[in-house]
Amino acid sequence: MRRSTLLRHLGITALAALILFVLTYVLDPFRDYQLATAAAYLCAAAGLTVLTGLNGQLSLGHGALMAIGAYAVALSQNRFSAHGVTALWTLPVSLAAGVVTATVCGAVIGVAAARLRGPYLAGLTLVVAIAVPAMATVFGGVFHGDQGLSVWLPPVPAALGENFPFEQWQAWLALTAALLTMLLLANLIRSRFGRTLRAVRDNEVAARLAGISVARTQVLAFVVSAACAGLGGGMFAVLAQSVSPSAFTLTLSLNLLLAVVVGGLGSLAGAVWGSLLLVLLPYWTDALVGRLVLSPALHQRLAGNLPLAIFGLLLIVVMIAAPGGIQGLLNRAGRWVRGRRPGRPARRAEPFAQEAEPPAPAASRT
Amino acid sequence: MDRFLFLTVDGLSRGAVYAAFALALVLIWRGTRIVNFAQGVMAVATSYAAYSVTGATGSYWAGFFVALLAGLVLGAVVERVVMRHVEQAPPLNAVIVALGLVLVFQGGLGMIYGSQYLPLPTPYSRVAMTVGGVPLLSRYDLFVFGTVLALMLSLALLFTRTATGLRMRAAAFEPQVARLLGVNVGGMLTLGWALAALVGALAGMLVIPTGLGLHPTAMDLVFVSAFTAAVVGGLDSPLGAVVGGLVVGLVLSYVGGYLGSGTTPLAVLALLVVVLLARPGGLFSAAQARRV
Repeated sequence: MRRSTLLRHLGITALAALILFVLTYVLDPFRDYQLATAAAYLCAAAGLTVLTGLNGQLSLGHGALMAIGAYAVALSQNRFSAHGVTALWTLPVSLAAGVVTATVCGAVIGVAAARLRGPYLAGLTLVVAIAVPAMATVFGGVFHGDQGLSVWLPPVPAALGENFPFEQWQAWLALTAALLTMLLLANLIRSRFGRTLRAVRDNEVAARLAGISVARTQVLAFVVSAACAGLGGGMFAVLAQSVSPSAFTLTLSLNLLLAVVVGGLGSLAGAVWGSLLLVLLPYWTDALVGRLVLSPALHQRLAGNLPLAIFGLLLIVVMIAAPGGIQGLLNRAGRWVRGRRPGRPARRAEPFAQEAEPPAPAASRT
Repeated sequence: MDRFLFLTVDGLSRGAVYAAFALALVLIWRGTRIVNFAQGVMAVATSYAAYSVTGATGSYWAGFFVALLAGLVLGAVVERVVMRHVEQAPPLNAVIVALGLVLVFQGGLGMIYGSQYLPLPTPYSRVAMTVGGVPLLSRYDLFVFGTVLALMLSLALLFTRTATGLRMRAAAFEPQVARLLGVNVGGMLTLGWALAALVGALAGMLVIPTGLGLHPTAMDLVFVSAFTAAVVGGLDSPLGAVVGGLVVGLVLSYVGGYLGSGTTPLAVLALLVVVLLARPGGLFSAAQARRV
């Protein structure tokens, strides 16, 4: 018997929400903030998974799209506060403004991108990633250059009590955004549109012969992905309570790509692992370096750069040795365990397992 | 009018460097159908090597030639150790691996040298000489023109007049047939990468002193400018890369000079979008069948 995909996804989301809700109470404020950061990364990384993993379009411009979302949220929030509107509803309105702005920009890039393939697309989006932060300086009157903007936030609702940690409140906001994104994307990729995305990725000629408009699909994929990046960027603004160009460099775009590739190209669960890695790995290396007794100057040098080098190595090793990423390895391990268990046939043979298997990553195809 | 002349010379000087860098991209593209997104950081790495050597010996030229040598070695090592594994894979993989290299080099260089801007000296003065009362071009500009011209002539000679150049072209154009005829195709690819990295290292040495100085991300903007130049020329044509480089250099010089230097990244973006939408194959491409 087949259960409804929507119900299944809703169930999983509700369960995840419950667990995370309890988790935010268990964790201390610092950990809550880390969780919130991972959730903000996840919004953008999940969107990039849809674009790169499922549609085969590589974007290095998602950091820039996040910047667009973040600046839109900052400008909108500050406009609200300038007019004395301090209600809680301003936040979702601003986030929606951020998503819409990023979506529109994504649509523009997507239209150009639909005509481009491979390195041309990567090159164009690379230029976007470098050009967009430069706008903060060029239009310094609005964006305040390198200094950036501070973001006004409505206070924590009084109903939660006076001593409610602000970080926990931020974690709730970011986790809500991430869960919503994941739920929508999970349904989207199981739908007709999701199959269209994969068809275009795997073989454009065949997809077109099957009556799919390749260009339209590619633009739509870019739009969906840009909306997610806008939400992620907006959450960044909410978490840091400030936006500046230095937070949205090319490295951010590369980090998102890393999260998607190392987690597992084309798998939403992979985006979760990747986002957690983006937050935890710098923290771990920092703790490790701090454990060693080093001069402060050397410590400072290692602090930002060691994680960067490790990220790069991970990206290369995963791409060459295990293109399925973490999620691919987990799936393989899961199948191996199930196949080993006595009295039960390997689930591979069951028709249902076919659906549970994530689509093969685009990049591993030859 | 004086300013226009000055900006034109400045643009040509910058454009010469972009042309060299674009040429490096074209070399690798023709050989392996890979756009080497790590070209910029590789050039930065060789410039850091030059910085160390110049600092230790006090001689600019010692550093200069060490940078070229380091480029040659680095290109060969990167091809043999890393890129060889993705040359047969779909294009996405190669791009992602090259981007991984970008992170590795940026992190590694940051760890060794720190993230502050380091000064890289120039061998000649950058003060413009006056010609007929107009400050026009500096000795350094002349050095740049001369070096890039010498580089291009030697590359042209290598590819059209020597047996090695013929083998490299054969390996890039028709690998299977070349292999049957006894050409060491793998070796030729390695040589191509080494040469490209050498050209990139040279471009880095020429352009980094004219900017803010040495920094792990010093070549980011140069890379996208050179990529734009290569696309303007069509990625496949060395001549196109040279012309594209000069065009991009001039455009950026005018835009930066008249609208403020902060606008150059936006100008690169606008230029690339216009070229890609109007002539995706570049200005020098013949009509070509597209896959879909």
